[in-house]
Amino acid sequence: MSTPDATEPPSLYAAREPIFPRRVYGKFRNLKWWLMALMLGIYYVTPWIRWDRGPNLPDQAVLLDLAHRRFFFFMIEIWPHEFYFVAGLLVMAGLGLFLFTSAAGRVWCGYACPQTVWTDLFILVERWVEGDRNARIRLHRQKWNGEKIRKRAVKWSAWFLIAMATGGAWVFYFTDAPTLLVDLFTGQASAIAYLTVLILTATTFAFGGFAREQICIYACPWPRIQAAMMDEDTLTIAYRDWRGEPRGKLQKGEIAAGQGDCIDCMACVNVCPMGIDIRDGQQLACITCGLCIDACNDTMDKIGRPRDLIGYLALTDETAERAGVPPKSVWKHVFRPRTILYTLLWSGVGIGLIVALFLRSPIEVNVTPVRNPTFVTLSDGTIRNAYDVRLRNKQGTDTVFTLSVPFETGLSLELEGLSGPSVTVNANETLSQRVYLNAPRGSAPATQDRTPIRMWFEERGTTNRVHHDTVFNGKEE
Amino acid sequence: MCAKKVTQKPAEVKTTGHVWDGIEEYDNPMPRWWVWVFYATIVWGIGYTIAYPAWPLISGATPGLLGASTRADVVAEIKRFDDANGPIKARLVQADMTTVSQDAELMSFAQNAGAAVFRTNCTTCHGSGANGIAGKGYPSLLDDDWLWGGDIENIQTTITHGIRNTTHPEARWSQMPAFGADGILERPQIAEVVEYVLKMSGQDHDATLASVGEAVYLDNCAACHMEDGSGDINQGAPNLADAIWLYGGSREAITYTVVNARFGVMPGWNDKLTEDEIRAVSLYVHSRGGGQ
Repeated sequence: MSTPDATEPPSLYAAREPIFPRRVYGKFRNLKWWLMALMLGIYYVTPWIRWDRGPNLPDQAVLLDLAHRRFFFFMIEIWPHEFYFVAGLLVMAGLGLFLFTSAAGRVWCGYACPQTVWTDLFILVERWVEGDRNARIRLHRQKWNGEKIRKRAVKWSAWFLIAMATGGAWVFYFTDAPTLLVDLFTGQASAIAYLTVLILTATTFAFGGFAREQICIYACPWPRIQAAMMDEDTLTIAYRDWRGEPRGKLQKGEIAAGQGDCIDCMACVNVCPMGIDIRDGQQLACITCGLCIDACNDTMDKIGRPRDLIGYLALTDETAERAGVPPKSVWKHVFRPRTILYTLLWSGVGIGLIVALFLRSPIEVNVTPVRNPTFVTLSDGTIRNAYDVRLRNKQGTDTVFTLSVPFETGLSLELEGLSGPSVTVNANETLSQRVYLNAPRGSAPATQDRTPIRMWFEERGTTNRVHHDTVFNGKEE
Repeated sequence: MCAKKVTQKPAEVKTTGHVWDGIEEYDNPMPRWWVWVFYATIVWGIGYTIAYPAWPLISGATPGLLGASTRADVVAEIKRFDDANGPIKARLVQADMTTVSQDAELMSFAQNAGAAVFRTNCTTCHGSGANGIAGKGYPSLLDDDWLWGGDIENIQTTITHGIRNTTHPEARWSQMPAFGADGILERPQIAEVVEYVLKMSGQDHDATLASVGEAVYLDNCAACHMEDGSGDINQGAPNLADAIWLYGGSREAITYTVVNARFGVMPGWNDKLTEDEIRAVSLYVHSRGGGQ
């Protein structure tokens, strides 16, 4: 058996090294607890908020009603043709991520990403059941026995319940939550609901319980994209090596002469949910959750050294500190042309959406001239044009619309299958109506190639009036 | 793992030896779970080819253990829709055609079903927009001029049995004599009657010839086309006094029609379409703007 030497290639594959993050106390940990509670709260509670919209509409505040093609968000109701609102929100979400990343690095990853939040929750459960870092390592190493089986079973059961609640909450956004909850437990819900719950339960359980940092490092594209959003003014988490190095253990409770502030206590490594050493510098795996800052500050307090050996720093601050120049204030990092531009773009889209929201008309019409044929000659020589009119009634009550064209055009208007110029559109429905305009023989519209026409739609009993511009095709003589 | 160092220092990580602008590429190992996922996809792929149609054979392919077939899916889906439409089709067959338009649901179904039947069977002659072919004898179905009647019952009868269709005893039937070709009228008489027809329809005409032509018209044409030229839907005789012409309204076109006689044929559809399809397409045609 030959001894391994430098020429023998290393293994191409590496097993995941388990990570046992230690409990930590501090301001970033507290911030993360509050954000976790807030975001989990939003996720689980939102589908249960009620919102009265009248008798014909669902009373769920946030509802993606795919079956009826409606999106309800509190007082806002989005129809499929208004999907640009959703596109606008996605653009805003994208710009928001750009803004936060260029200002403060991977804050999304560290504090708000569902993968981070649920992993944090799963680690919390793990700590309750199996104890803190050292106890968990011991349990991990020991042979399977009654204690290990019991602790693993309790932990996995708790994870599974959280995972199922997560998968379950997701489907409540798509149909009436109280009804679906009963249906889910009585076996009445649709197959797609069960399948969705099953898939999301499985992914939550696997990603939060076992894959954890592997998702961030290997599966998620965002860490790679974020590198392009960062520059030398972006706040990231950094180790002040010029203060900490050379690191070394305490000698009789004192830092030995010639050594830096870092006493190599490994606190920053032990609390890291990604299993990295921040002292190696900025790296792909760092999600900037801030827990190493809390851990190090705790150590610094104990040995009586100044805090923030590890802290939020921009590259320019590092350079400044090394040169002994005071660093820029945080606000100067946050407010600079790049972030201001992102903010302007973000608010521009937002203001545009809000304006569009308030300019939406309760009556929506679309008039499409029939082009096959462009006109029909009637027996008395009248020239007739047909139009396919779509009328949307976005109100909760049936509405009568009266159609008209300006008198001076000389055109008369008829509705297919109806005797008058009025048509009823049922509540929350879209109606297609064939409309005819007749130009008497020899009249101007009958003999011109194209005449611009404005068709008016008036809601009976109100002053709501909208128009749609179209054309009348004549028979050129 | 806690005993040993969690991470190596960057200097200890092997690099591939590639350097671009001083940037080196780490040679980190792949995560092992990823390799297992890769193997799992291969196993899944093999299983998939066993479960589903996959391997090509001389004719066809292996059917797969699950018996999946997209053709069978389509057949099943069509059957599902046919079954779902069964009750409303039965309602359409039972319905009184003159009052269907008051039943919004039934009318909506008839409109859509009729449009599909029309596109498949009628567009060859009447055009995809149902406006016929002007001057070629294929009538427009959008106007208010009907050879055999434009109320819903007449339209249904015409579609059911056809026009001048020898295979249906109940088909619409009439025939205009070829006044010139068969020697019924002399050439000058034909010229006179054509001027009179032009006069009736309000076009430019020779007043002298037309006044002589009136007598010729009343003797030879009025029996079918009526004294005032308004035509007769019971005989399929077109209105000659209006603005719509089946074969063109110019002096030359009318002369040709009087000399040679022109008329079209239409097949009967009751042996090709089901009763509900005939009713649906009748309602569709009736609601294109010309229905009476």
